[in-house]
Amino acid sequence: MSTQVPEEKEQTETEQEVNAETEAEITESASYGDQRRADRDAQRQQSVSGAPADIEGESFQLKVFRYDPEVEGKMEPRFDDFAIPKEKGMTVLDALIYARDRYDTTLTFRHSCRQAVCGSDALFINGRQRLGCQTQISDLEAPVRVEPLPHQDVVKDLVVDMEHFYDQMHAVEPFFQPEEDPDGDLEEYRQTRENREKIKMSTRCIWCGACMSSCNVAAGDNQYLGPAAINKAYRFAMDEREGENMKEHRLNVMDQEHGVWRCQTQFSCTNVCPKDIPLTEHIQELKREAVKQNLKFW
Amino acid sequence: MHEHDVLVIGGGGAGLRAAIAAHEEGADVAIVTKLHPVRSHTGAAEGGINAAIREGDDWELHAYDTMKGSDYLGDAPAIETLAQDSPEETVQLEHWGMPFSREDDGRVSQRPFGGLSFPRTTYAGAETGHHLLHVMYEQVVKRGIQVYDEWYVSNLAVTDHDDPDERECHGVVAYDIKTGAVEGFKARNGVILATGGTGQVYDHTTNAVANTGDGAAMAYRAGVPLEDMEFVQFHPTTLPSTGVLISEGVRGEGGILYNSEGERFMFEYGYANNAGELASRDVVSRAELTEVNSGRGVEDEYVYLDMRHLGEERITDRLENILHLARDFEGVDGLEEPMPVKPGQHYEMGGIETDENGETLIDGLYAAGECACVSVHGSNRLGGNALPELIVFGARAGRHAAGADLGEAEITKGKTAEIEEEDGLDTPVEPGAVPSGDDEAVADGGDDVAADGGAAVVEPDETVRRAVERERTRIEELMEKDEGVKHSDLRADLQQSMTENVNVFRNEEGLKQALEDIREVREAYQDVYVNDPSRTFNTDLIHTIETRNLIDLAEAITLGALARDEFRGAHWRQEHQERKDDEWLKHTMLSWNDGTPELWYKPVILDGEDKTYEPKERSY
Repeated sequence: MSTQVPEEKEQTETEQEVNAETEAEITESASYGDQRRADRDAQRQQSVSGAPADIEGESFQLKVFRYDPEVEGKMEPRFDDFAIPKEKGMTVLDALIYARDRYDTTLTFRHSCRQAVCGSDALFINGRQRLGCQTQISDLEAPVRVEPLPHQDVVKDLVVDMEHFYDQMHAVEPFFQPEEDPDGDLEEYRQTRENREKIKMSTRCIWCGACMSSCNVAAGDNQYLGPAAINKAYRFAMDEREGENMKEHRLNVMDQEHGVWRCQTQFSCTNVCPKDIPLTEHIQELKREAVKQNLKFW
Repeated sequence: MHEHDVLVIGGGGAGLRAAIAAHEEGADVAIVTKLHPVRSHTGAAEGGINAAIREGDDWELHAYDTMKGSDYLGDAPAIETLAQDSPEETVQLEHWGMPFSREDDGRVSQRPFGGLSFPRTTYAGAETGHHLLHVMYEQVVKRGIQVYDEWYVSNLAVTDHDDPDERECHGVVAYDIKTGAVEGFKARNGVILATGGTGQVYDHTTNAVANTGDGAAMAYRAGVPLEDMEFVQFHPTTLPSTGVLISEGVRGEGGILYNSEGERFMFEYGYANNAGELASRDVVSRAELTEVNSGRGVEDEYVYLDMRHLGEERITDRLENILHLARDFEGVDGLEEPMPVKPGQHYEMGGIETDENGETLIDGLYAAGECACVSVHGSNRLGGNALPELIVFGARAGRHAAGADLGEAEITKGKTAEIEEEDGLDTPVEPGAVPSGDDEAVADGGDDVAADGGAAVVEPDETVRRAVERERTRIEELMEKDEGVKHSDLRADLQQSMTENVNVFRNEEGLKQALEDIREVREAYQDVYVNDPSRTFNTDLIHTIETRNLIDLAEAITLGALARDEFRGAHWRQEHQERKDDEWLKHTMLSWNDGTPELWYKPVILDGEDKTYEPKERSY
């Protein structure tokens, strides 16, 4: 455990080897561009608002899970503490970037769009799956604790292996399968506004994996398709453009041991979904449809 | 060594479309992307896709609007290709299942957009790009196209011919982010660059952190000219604190811009007496900043975009995503209060010089999408024209690379008889120059001359092998250093200078200052080091390599901007307040020239299929 703050920095022995040079960096960074950086810091300080939650100069503690399978001193998982100056509108992602760029450039996490659409930075923040970029520090209690998504193999620090998630997504025939193309040149399929509205929420999935990570059933059953993949199937099964035969086929894919019937309606996926998709509801609707379809043959 | 017929670098809209097209032609195609395809920034595009698919509209109107929007710096063959192919490509997306917003009759909806004479922007809520990206990834999955995700392509494998015109591209070198392996990828037919935008050159941008212009920088250093890089689009409505994009769709649906006095300034101050808020993006961005500079901005920084009068039902139906963005990233409820907005870097009109089939100067190397410059957008892109660009030119590049005959291109590549050389540009520093030192090889990862002075390498396998060796050496040297300068500091300084000096308003002094700052960053980059010794998911290394790309692209943007002493489209010069058609109906071209960048010009093509586009005064 080590606490990293701008002025001083303690290190555990194991860490010393890895970060021998960071100390020098923080106390007396390389001579390049010092003045400009100081100016920038001054500007940043000025831009800090005076709102109660963001008192100038006040910092909060960011606790981050660390692990690297091949770097001595990081092979044993641990938490590092960073002191992060509060800024108005700061998100967990901003705080992680601050910690990485200022204190420890080896801190590793996925991120890209910064606006909750690429799904790269789903993390376990204060005990709940959230997107780092969409989570305001001011909405959290300090210390802010950031861990990789549970129930997935950790590659390094906050990066998890997403392969299983992708495999499940690919397992539900996640592509449009209409029966025939519309007649005529440049003719689109017709779809009612109501039908588009029905599938709208399901099409918003950004594949972040928060739901899968929050699901107790998925944690105990590696074959369970999981909420994201089932939601993807729902998106097509409910799309009137595919036609009745395809809907029947899709329900058959769902109507299996590791499909919709494993869901125990705990609503954890729905609770954590950053796009507010009613996942549990969608799974239940597929259960009902599957039952109705089976009854047809009695 | 991995081997495929066609390699697509980048898994966004253009890359996925190119891969599908090449696959449909029967090629063995693979996508190599530093992210996973669904993480690409195409997913953040909001507004829509321009396509003339309705009664009363036709491709010629679309072409005319695009040419006018380009301020007569788009090439007619490229613009007409876009307008002609877009309807079919857009309907193709619908046939792949894209959940477009619908009209009462069940057909896809279209809405008005800036600079359009017909409401031809086809949309899916305010999240069109997200749906486009996911629909195309679904098609990639359906076809079983191989995706190497989280592989970072750090260099191209190009032959060593002295003349770039004779060079051939035989593949790429990529770094496996998960394991640290550096491997060669051979392409039997072609490599298609689809690496997206360059927004990270600036610090206030709508672009993702991954938009570092890798493809453009690699192609540039391999000998392909960059075209029109000084034309950077600043989107008029981005959230002040983060740069998150608020779609033009808000204004398309009737949103209004107000200054701090509550005046509807687009009309009140005559910026656009007819189109008002729906003038083209360059016009609106300049209007907003003029308001702020005249003391009529809110908090001296931004203006208001108000959509409350549209009513909850319409907003929720067509712009729901905007409510989420305003709430999550600015703490504003768009139903109850106006949203603060200011211009932010959004799109790079320039890029890798290509023809309308996606081919570049180097044989076997293609580019499509934002990283390419055909040129469709000239000096200013219209809203709703980026997504059709991805699918139209992605598809063409994919087909051509796979061997399809698309006919002879009309756009020429490289230097022809008609080019002009730039002489006597007064720059404060030599462009591209870096002090020589022991670690020059590290900084010059893109150098295309055999470092060992050996014979030129032209054989495909050997070309890839050689490129892999060089890249391994470069990466080892970066990793070996245990002290020096951090890439994040360099990147921040570069972004700050570009944002201060090469923004919406430009003048000679600022541009020269930027060139000096870029040189300082370039020199400091000689001492850059990678602190993380790990081979597992080393983002420190990736960002370090990306930063080198940003330096070269920032310089290309600034050089072109300094040389172009006129005001055209997105390029506004304080000292030169008019468009100079006699002198400047030409594309800015920049060749890397083995490290001593050279500026030259090629004429714009205004002759279309059956008409010539006459430059007119552009007003909205």
